[in-house]
Amino acid sequence: MLPLDLVNVVVAAWLAIGAAGLLVYKSPTTITHVLFPLGALGGLIMAGTAAWSLQQTPDVVILPLGIPDLPFHLRLDALSAFFLMLLGAAVAGVSLFGAGYFRRLEGVALGLLCLQYHVFLAGMTLVMLADDAYLFMVAWETMALSSYFLVTTDHAVPEIRKAGFLYLLLAHIGAVAVLMSFGVLHGGDGDYTFATLRQTALDPFWSSVVFVLALVGFGAKAGWVPLHVWLPEAHPAAPSPVSALMSGVMLKTAVYGLLRVVFDLLGQPLWWWGVVLLSVGLLTALFGAVFAAAQTDMKRLLAYSSIENMGVIAAGLGLALVFSHYGITTLAALAFIAALFHCLNHALFKSLLFCVTGSVLHATGERNLGKLGGLIKFMPWVAGFGLIGALALAGLPPLNGFASEWLLLQAFLLTPGLPQSYLNMFIPVATGVIALTVALSAYVMVKFFGVIFLGQAREAKLRQARDAALIERAGLAWLALACVLLGLAPALIVAPLDTVAAAVLQAQIGAEDLSGGLLFLTPLAPERASYSAPFFFLVIVGVLITSYFFIRHIYHGRSRLDTPWDCGFAPPTPRMQDTAEGFGQPIHQIFEPFFRIRRELPSPFDAAPRYHKTSEDRAWYALYLPIARATEQVTGLVARLHHGRIALYLLYSFVTLLVLLVFAR
Amino acid sequence: MNTLLGIVYQLFESLLAVLIAPLLLGWVDQCRAWLQNRTGAGVLQPYRVLRKLLHKDAVIAGNTSWLFRAAPYVKFGCMWLAVGMVPLTTTNLPYSAAADVIALVGVFALARMVLALAAMDTGTAFGSLGARREMLIAFLAEPALLMVFFTASLISQTTSLTGIVETLLDKDFALLLYPSLTFACVAFIMVSLAENARIPIDNPATHLELTMIHEAMVLEYSARHLALIEWARAIKLLAYIGIGIALFMPYGIAETGDWESLPLALLIALAKLGVAGSALALVESVTAKLRIFRAPEFLGTAFLLAVIGMLIHFLLET
Repeated sequence: MLPLDLVNVVVAAWLAIGAAGLLVYKSPTTITHVLFPLGALGGLIMAGTAAWSLQQTPDVVILPLGIPDLPFHLRLDALSAFFLMLLGAAVAGVSLFGAGYFRRLEGVALGLLCLQYHVFLAGMTLVMLADDAYLFMVAWETMALSSYFLVTTDHAVPEIRKAGFLYLLLAHIGAVAVLMSFGVLHGGDGDYTFATLRQTALDPFWSSVVFVLALVGFGAKAGWVPLHVWLPEAHPAAPSPVSALMSGVMLKTAVYGLLRVVFDLLGQPLWWWGVVLLSVGLLTALFGAVFAAAQTDMKRLLAYSSIENMGVIAAGLGLALVFSHYGITTLAALAFIAALFHCLNHALFKSLLFCVTGSVLHATGERNLGKLGGLIKFMPWVAGFGLIGALALAGLPPLNGFASEWLLLQAFLLTPGLPQSYLNMFIPVATGVIALTVALSAYVMVKFFGVIFLGQAREAKLRQARDAALIERAGLAWLALACVLLGLAPALIVAPLDTVAAAVLQAQIGAEDLSGGLLFLTPLAPERASYSAPFFFLVIVGVLITSYFFIRHIYHGRSRLDTPWDCGFAPPTPRMQDTAEGFGQPIHQIFEPFFRIRRELPSPFDAAPRYHKTSEDRAWYALYLPIARATEQVTGLVARLHHGRIALYLLYSFVTLLVLLVFAR
Repeated sequence: MNTLLGIVYQLFESLLAVLIAPLLLGWVDQCRAWLQNRTGAGVLQPYRVLRKLLHKDAVIAGNTSWLFRAAPYVKFGCMWLAVGMVPLTTTNLPYSAAADVIALVGVFALARMVLALAAMDTGTAFGSLGARREMLIAFLAEPALLMVFFTASLISQTTSLTGIVETLLDKDFALLLYPSLTFACVAFIMVSLAENARIPIDNPATHLELTMIHEAMVLEYSARHLALIEWARAIKLLAYIGIGIALFMPYGIAETGDWESLPLALLIALAKLGVAGSALALVESVTAKLRIFRAPEFLGTAFLLAVIGMLIHFLLET
C-alpha cells in the first residue's frame, strides 16, 4: 500500500467518524469515548505515514470525484508529507485531549461538533494533498467553513457570533485573493493542475502579481499584519481543542499554501519578494509579541503569541527567498529549514498551551488572568505540561523552540556579503528585531505561566480546581513529549527537512554536514557553529543532582515553612501580587506607539477617584474602520438608485441600452 | 590524546572557574571599598558568606511549590554549564562545540526565566515586581547582546567562541585593526552591566524596596538556596567577563592546550579578570543608578553602538 493511499484512508476514516458522530448524536459518551480517540489514532497513523514518505518519491493519485471531467488530483511529495506529519502529530494530541475536554462541555450538540471537527481535519489534509487548484480551493473553503462553525460552537453569545463573522469575512477575502492568484498563474488553457501551473512561464510583472495576491490570500489565513485582526477574536471564542488546531495546524496551511505557490509553482523569485515577506514577518513578529505581553485574557494572549510566531516563520521564509534569489543556496536551505522546523515546533507547543488553557478553563471557569493564580498546587499535572510548553515557546534550551530559533538566527548571522549593500545592512537589523521578539516571548511566558499557575490563588473558588482527567493528560503528555524530544534531538527532524529543502529549493545544507548525529546540531560546518541539546541537558541535570546531594551530605537539608518575609511588611494577600495589567504596564510604556491608548486619570481633588485605561489595536482605526465607512458610503450611494418604482428601473434599462448602442455601434 | 587532554582540561577549567568566581566578586567589592576610602571586608568575604548561608536552616515561604525550591539548583547548573563553555585559558576545549554564543545567551535566558518564575511563585508583591523588572531588562538587553555577537562573528565568520578566539589570535592587535570591535566592546560592557544586575541598571548592594530588581526576585530565599543563587551570580559575572575577554582581548589564551603553555595562560587570565574586576568597581563607583524607565535608553544606546560597529565593519573592513 502506498503512503498516499494510507493517508487517503485516514481522511476517509475521519469523514466516517464525523458522520458516525451525527448518527449517534444521542450518546455523547460514544462520541467522546470512542470516536475522538479513534480520530487521534488516525492522526498518529497520518504522522507515521507522512514521516515515512518524507524520503520517498512523490506519489500521485487521481480520484474521480467532484464535477465530471474535473477529477481530484492528489499528490504526496516531501513538502506535503512534512506538513501532514505536523498535522498528524498535533491532531493525535489534540483529539485525545478533546476526548476528555468535550465530555465536560455543556450545552453543545456533540454530534454536530464531532462532524465539524473531523470535516475540518479532512479539509486541512486535502489542502496539503491537492495537486490542482480546483481541489485546493474546495478543500480550502471546506476548512474555512467547518472552522467557522467550530468557532461559533457557543453561538448563543453575541461576541462569539461577531468573532465568527469577522473570521468568515477575512477568510473569504483571503480565499478570493488565493483564487485570483491561481487565475493569473494559469495563463489561459483551462488546465489547473499544479503540473501545468509549474510549466507556465510568466514575465516578472505577472509573476509579481501572483506573489502579491498569494501573500495577501495566505497572509489573511496566517494572520500577518495587517490581516491579523480575526485571530485574537476567533481563537478565544472557539473551544480550546479547536483553538489548538486552528492555531497549531490551520495557520500552517497558509504557510504551506504560500510555499506551494511561491517556491514550487512560480519558479525563480525576484529580489524584493523576499524583502517584502521578511519585512511583513518582522513587523508581525514584533507586533504580536508586544500585544501578547499586554493581554489580560489567557487565550487572547496565546492568539497574539501565534501572530508573533507566524511572523517569525514568515521572516525565515523571506530570508530564504532573498538567499535563493542571489543563488546562495546553502543559506537559503538553512533559513527554509529553520522556518519549517519552527512551524512544527509552534504546532506542538501552541497546541499544548491552548489545551492547557482549556483544562484551566474547565477547572476554574475563568479565562481572565486577573482571576487566576496558584493553580500549580491544585493542578500539578497541567501545570507541569504548561511549564514545558511555556519554556518551549519562550525559546529556551534544551527545548524545541530554542532549536528552531537557533537555526534561524544562524541563518541571519552567517549572512555573507549580499550583492545589495542596503540588504546587507537591513538583515543584521532584522536579526535584532528577531532577537527582541524572542526575548519578549520569554517575558510573555513568565507572565502567562506565572499569573495562572504561580503565586496565591486570586479567587477563593480556585481552591476547588481539580486536575485534568487521565485522557486529557495523555493528550497533553504526547504534545509535551514531542516538544522535549524535538528539543533534545533536533537532528531527527533537520535531516528529513533537508530533503524537503532539496525538493522545493533544489538546495541543501548537505547531508555530510549533519554528521554530528543525534548529539550535535551542526547546520553548516562544525567550525562555524554547533549546538548540542543533550549535552546541555546532561550538564544542567548533572550539576543539579550533584549539588543537591553534595549540600545535603556536607551540610544539611533542614528547612522550615513560614509565611513569606516580603521585606517585613504585613503578610501578603493575593491582591498584592502583580496582575496581568501590572505585567503589561512596562510594555504599554515602552511600546506606546504600537497601541491606541485612552486614559482617564482622576484629578487630585476627586472625591471618588476613578482610573480607567483602554488600549486597542491601531489597525482597527487606521485600516478597517475607514474601509467599513467607505463601504457604507458606497452602498448608501447605490441605495439612492433603488427607489422601488418600476418606471425608474425601466428607465435605467433604457438608458443602459442607449449607452451600449452608442458604444457598440 | 589531545582530545582526552582537552576533556580533562575542560573539566578542570570549569571547576576552577566555579571555585574562583566568589573570589572575583570579593575582589570587586574590595576594590570598591578602596575607592570609597573604606577598609573593606577582604577578598575572601564571599566565601565566608557562602559558608554561613550553607550552615543555616532554610526558611521557605509556605505557599510556594516545588518550582521555588528547584530554581536555585537549575540556575547553578546553567551557570556552571555556561562558564564551562567559555575559553578562559585555552581554546582546546572539545565540548565548547556544544554551545556557540547564541546558545550561551539561551542558557542565561533559561536561568533567568526559571528564577523569575520562582519569584512569582512566592506570591508576594516584591517577588512579582522583581520578576517583571528582570524580564523587562532582559528583553531590552538581549537584542543588544546578540548584535554584539553578530559584529564579533562577522570578522571570523563563526559564532563559536573558540573559533572567534582562534581567528582573532591569528591577527595582531584586533582592537586596533577593527574599529567595529571597539564599538561592539563598549556595547558589550553596557549590556554586561545590565545583565549582571550592576550599577547603573541595578544595585547589588541595595535593599531599598523601590529600586531593587534582582534582589527583589530572591528576597524570599535563605540559607542553601540563597547560597546557590549568590554563587551562581558570581559565576555569571565571571562568565560574562570571560566572554568579553574572548571576544575583545584574547591575547594570552593558549591555542595548543598542552600542559606547558597552560600555567602562563592561567596567570594571564587571572590578571585580566583582576583588571576587569577593578574596572567594574570603578564604573560602579562613578556612576549613579538609573531610574527603571531610563533603562530602555541605556540599552537602546548599547544596541545602537553595536549596530554602528556592524555598519563600520561593512563600510571599512570588507
